[in-house]
Amino acid sequence: MQDLSEAVTAALQLIGSLNPDLLEIVALSLQVSLTAVAIAGLIGLPLGAVVAVARFPGRTVVITLINALMGLPPVVVGLFVYMLLSNSGPFGVLQLLYTPTAMIIAQTILVTPIVAALARQTIEDLKVEYDEQLRVLGRSPLQQTATLLWEGRRSLLTALLAGFGRAIAEVGAVLIVGGNINHLTRTMTTAIVLETSKGDLSLALGLGFILLTLAFMANAIVMLGGGVRAYRKREAGF
Amino acid sequence: MTSIARVIITFLFMTSIATAPARSDNFIILQSTTSTENSGLFAHLLPLFTKKTGIEVRVVAVGTGQAIKNARNGDGDVLLVHDTASEEKFVAEGWGVQRHDLMYNDFVLVGPSDDPADIAGEKDVVAAFKKIAAMKTPFASRGDDSGTHKAELRLWKEAGIDVNAASGTWYREIGQGMGATLNTAIGMDAYVLTDRATWSAFENPRNHAVLVGGNEKLFNQYGVILVNPAKHPNVRAAEGQTFIDWLLSKEGQEAIASFQIDGEQQFFPNARQ
Amino acid sequence: MQYALIQRDRPDRPSVIPVAGKSLVYGRDKRTIIDNVDIEFGLSPGIVVVLGPNGAGKSVLFRLLAGLLTPDGGSVSWAGMPPNRARAHKIGFVFQRPVMLKRSVIANVEYVLAAAKVPRMDRPPIARDALEQARLSEIATSPASSLSGGEQQRLALVRALVTRPDIVLLDEPTSNLDPGSTAAIECVVRRARDAGTRFALVTQDIGQARRLATEVIFMHRGRLLERSSGESFFRAPRTLEATAYLEGKIVF
Repeated sequence: MQDLSEAVTAALQLIGSLNPDLLEIVALSLQVSLTAVAIAGLIGLPLGAVVAVARFPGRTVVITLINALMGLPPVVVGLFVYMLLSNSGPFGVLQLLYTPTAMIIAQTILVTPIVAALARQTIEDLKVEYDEQLRVLGRSPLQQTATLLWEGRRSLLTALLAGFGRAIAEVGAVLIVGGNINHLTRTMTTAIVLETSKGDLSLALGLGFILLTLAFMANAIVMLGGGVRAYRKREAGF
Repeated sequence: MTSIARVIITFLFMTSIATAPARSDNFIILQSTTSTENSGLFAHLLPLFTKKTGIEVRVVAVGTGQAIKNARNGDGDVLLVHDTASEEKFVAEGWGVQRHDLMYNDFVLVGPSDDPADIAGEKDVVAAFKKIAAMKTPFASRGDDSGTHKAELRLWKEAGIDVNAASGTWYREIGQGMGATLNTAIGMDAYVLTDRATWSAFENPRNHAVLVGGNEKLFNQYGVILVNPAKHPNVRAAEGQTFIDWLLSKEGQEAIASFQIDGEQQFFPNARQ
Repeated sequence: MQYALIQRDRPDRPSVIPVAGKSLVYGRDKRTIIDNVDIEFGLSPGIVVVLGPNGAGKSVLFRLLAGLLTPDGGSVSWAGMPPNRARAHKIGFVFQRPVMLKRSVIANVEYVLAAAKVPRMDRPPIARDALEQARLSEIATSPASSLSGGEQQRLALVRALVTRPDIVLLDEPTSNLDPGSTAAIECVVRRARDAGTRFALVTQDIGQARRLATEVIFMHRGRLLERSSGESFFRAPRTLEATAYLEGKIVF
């Protein structure tokens, strides 16, 4: 209980003083996770849509695989990317280990299956509804996919939010490939691990509260986005 | 998405990029242990070096075992750990250029204040270990191949106790860094071996206290090694050697000695002059 | 150029049959649904109503002709050539349940025009004009999903007509609508028919068939049993099955 109240106090103090170290790690967390979600979206949304619309041998296996990869353990992904980027590994020459770029790569791998799997389900459900109408208009499978992606935009946005939630909250991957280096690769989650290992549980919890608030705000922004548009329409008398 | 949401997200993104530190190309990667990082030694020491040479030191603080493995993979330029046997093996196998004594501190045996195994004040730490085993009181081990872990195992061996057989009963292998192991030990009222510096800096001691210390068997030697550029051409050998030279120099050694927690020196420089 | 939804410049007889099926066979689960059917629509002006009991195969026949289903046997031709995605806009289709895109009413119409490769600049004026003729202008910028069932179906009809198709297939377009909305749909159809658009209509509503039919085709168990003018069909159907159907008896 004492830790909890101290945690809230610690969190408020950090935020109130606009502690520069705090701002730095928040900025890095957002930068890494937002970039990862953006790339995962660019890969996962079309991938999920294509798998939803196309028919090919082995389709069920592909779907099962994508769904299963949603459960990739972050620490395993971290290890895998570490081995790729290590100086003893195939991509060591890129010198990407212990950089934010490596963290983005790892999180992209984590998030893409989530976005692809949810996109696939969304588009597949939409396809059932829209299939005949789009075909009777002479739309090619590619054109149908593009239309369905736009029609499903609200659910697909939620898929991206799910991906963001996963990215901003994970620590296993970014810890290994980033190295938790001060002022370089320290994110909110790795900072929490560090403070916990130093025994400063209140500060760790405080950072946790801030992280939760960030995730909440991200979702609120998106929800408000939809809400404001609906409100404006009602006001215009439709 | 509305324009408002778009604006906010773009703003956050831009801010995050703007506040990201400018990456200088003048840096080395130091693979080291949690004790040197968590105690605050590096926060005290490294800025002095950077100010003098302009070389940024990026610290990857993991357990000794992992640090050595990373250095072996060429994912670090300098190695600074505290397990002399492993360090010498590292150099012997050609992964490191040369090993130097850097500094020492000591381990302490920490436990619950009510001390069920009655070891407080023991002059011989091995005897304390024997008492713990006899009473089967909970003992938390690093269990992670670190310098601390290896030191602990040497003491059990000297005490003639087979801890493998007891693993999972009163002997609990946590498998994590010093801080996490301390948290867990305190949570289960266990005894635990830790380096003094990490304990001094630890902010969650609850009812635990130092029960045995100052024994010559608890001596903890740190060494520093340049990763061999012949094996890994990417190693920043020149800057790495500059760092090592500084650490071993009078200036570096004094900087180490001047680091204190609550007015007490934590690390004792002992580089050969 | 004034691009009218209800077109006044159509020729009386197209030089080729807009849509035809030859020796069509279609079956599922060991059941024959379409049994060797030869059919053509759109040669003569007006509305051909396809009547028949449930399971006769009317909707399946329309879907075969529109290219939504592939026949197991026989062939479908559009204006004498095999069905082809590029000319899909020449066959209009209205489903029983309208499928609206999640955008405004006018954007729905512009989407269809884009699919028919109408130049971008021309789409807004054509769409606006079409909505005007169907009395949907006032809600042109509303989201299509906010429309009532009747309005949505009217929009679906506009979408089918706006690309100047050779023929429009209507598959029970008013089955789910109230009488008022049904009347509105029939009004648009009639006006388009009077201006020269060809229609083929599947309906279970005998009253609607009487109101609209230029010709009637009676289907039963995957076969075309009768085809005659609307007037002569309702006066004196030739087959037993058709007679029973018109009397409201269950026809097997």
